[in-house]
Amino acid sequence: MDLSRFEKLSDTAWRIAPFGAMRAPGVIYATEALIAAMDDKVFDQVANVAMLPGIVRASYAMPDAHWGYGFPIGGVAAFDPDAGGVVSAGGVGFDVSCGVRTHLTGLKRDQIVAVQQELADALYAHVPVGVGSKGKIELNPQDMTAMLAGGAEWAVQNGWGRAEDLERIEEHGRADGADPAAVSDQAKKRQRREMGTLGSGNHYLEVQEIAEVFDEAIAAAYGLVRGECVVTIHCGSRGLGHQIGTEFLREMAVSSERYGIDLPDRELACAPINSELGQRYLGAMRAAINCALANREIIGHLTRQVFARFFRHGELPLMFDVSHNTCKLEGHDADGKLRKLFVHRKGATRAFGPGDPSLPEALRPFGQPVLIGGSMGAGSYVMAGIATSESQAFSSACHGAGRQMSRHAASRTWSGRQVVDALRAQGIIVKSPSMRGIAEEAPGAYKDVRAVVDSAEAAGLAKKVAYLRPLICIKG
Amino acid sequence: MSHDGPPNDAHDRGPAYWEHFPHGADIGIRGFGPTLAAAFEQAALAMTAAVTDPAPIRLEHAVEIEAEAAKLDLLFLDWINALVFEMADRQMVFGAFTVTIDGRRLQAKAFGEHVSRARHAPAVEVKGATFTELAVVEDRPGLWRAQCVIDV
Repeated sequence: MDLSRFEKLSDTAWRIAPFGAMRAPGVIYATEALIAAMDDKVFDQVANVAMLPGIVRASYAMPDAHWGYGFPIGGVAAFDPDAGGVVSAGGVGFDVSCGVRTHLTGLKRDQIVAVQQELADALYAHVPVGVGSKGKIELNPQDMTAMLAGGAEWAVQNGWGRAEDLERIEEHGRADGADPAAVSDQAKKRQRREMGTLGSGNHYLEVQEIAEVFDEAIAAAYGLVRGECVVTIHCGSRGLGHQIGTEFLREMAVSSERYGIDLPDRELACAPINSELGQRYLGAMRAAINCALANREIIGHLTRQVFARFFRHGELPLMFDVSHNTCKLEGHDADGKLRKLFVHRKGATRAFGPGDPSLPEALRPFGQPVLIGGSMGAGSYVMAGIATSESQAFSSACHGAGRQMSRHAASRTWSGRQVVDALRAQGIIVKSPSMRGIAEEAPGAYKDVRAVVDSAEAAGLAKKVAYLRPLICIKG
Repeated sequence: MSHDGPPNDAHDRGPAYWEHFPHGADIGIRGFGPTLAAAFEQAALAMTAAVTDPAPIRLEHAVEIEAEAAKLDLLFLDWINALVFEMADRQMVFGAFTVTIDGRRLQAKAFGEHVSRARHAPAVEVKGATFTELAVVEDRPGLWRAQCVIDV
């Protein structure tokens, strides 16, 4: 991307001055090197989002931003319902409430390594992964409605999780305002056998070693001890969310004219928050959030069952569960006033700073855990929300490494076998139903996650807490 | 030709063929044909090829699909999304398609079998068709093109 198109605010903040129909500026948080490597489409999409009605402050992009649909992946934008603000299906994405959770194991690296292959095989056999996998739970229509209204709380009530998990999940495991009646029969049908399934693509379940700690105090509060292992799960709302995304994207795209919204790109499909369509989407999208929260809670439960076979203390307390494809109603400072805004995070993680009342008491002084998924080889990071994140981007940070190579190019560059062997040589066991899928997810297909998190930290979005190196990776 | 061919290389099936085109984290599908219906059929094959090699898929079951839309590009979007739904709901992969289009109304059959992890080793799950690079056009007389990016 051509840097001369930006006004440089700092080494990690670049402003797009409003032009054309833009109602607010754009701001991309990244180092010069990361920005230079970004696709020009990111610039266009950040600018396009700034053209939407009711946008507050600016259209933001995180350091891992890349070309998305309407919104860039890594895009953050907040809208004021009292100023004609919109909600956008494209600003949430197809995989509603896709997110990451991390469980603590309290187990040392050596304890995992001693059973590494057997544990990998058992996890792969017990957690349904990949296309065509069926969940162990089949929902009838009444259960479906209860799940869509209840989220992870529903999962716990049904024995697939623990009550103490709930305070470690955003919104205590249940999004308010979910409207199961706003979810189509097709979406429900698509989900009836998919509870507790991981999915495919970039979704994964990893056993990871806490290889580095950057902030001892926060790490201790989070329960992260160097040399111990955690389990991290990355997945979302499965077929239900995909179907909701598909249906509302189309409906919003064809009805924007009716609402007098001039879309610079049909993918920005949106509707006024205070409209029938906007409210219906919010009801369905929140139901999909609950589906994702329930899904991750069930996968956490399945993971505990496997660990209990290998280790006497297989409790695996939940450290935190956070989504990165959402639109949430939050109070934020805008022009010196606290306003209720609808914050879209498309491939961006909420990053509330210390003291936020929504955080569980044990974490509140330290800021919200921000879980950053890396590639299979490069590992992942735990960051913490910090005070400056609010003024920078409505308390948001990056969500992953971001691809630097298309799936097609990756599968031409590496074979799945090559990737598996190379990772095994580094002590990482990868299990997946698809060798081509592994090739497409090769570590080299992703940007350097370290550069992304360093950028986020330098930009004041979040603070590095720990680095997690994979030992076992179950890919869909 | 395998599904792992280079980007933008044509998968020659005579006058009708498909190809993939790159898109950041996802995959572009594109079908060409002498008729609109043939281009839709080829694009559907391109979608299957994003998941698994279409050639070995057994054509054991037929699924009927109907769609109607005000515009051709929306009809294409609805066609691909209907297939995504059937693949997910029936847990099937499709290796052949017959499409007829009358005005803005589509009638089709998709032929395939239940997905097998062992034989199909599906690489990705298609979440849905997007408006990105969505186009249905007659590039020249007798050559239709239908395309979009699919989220995987």
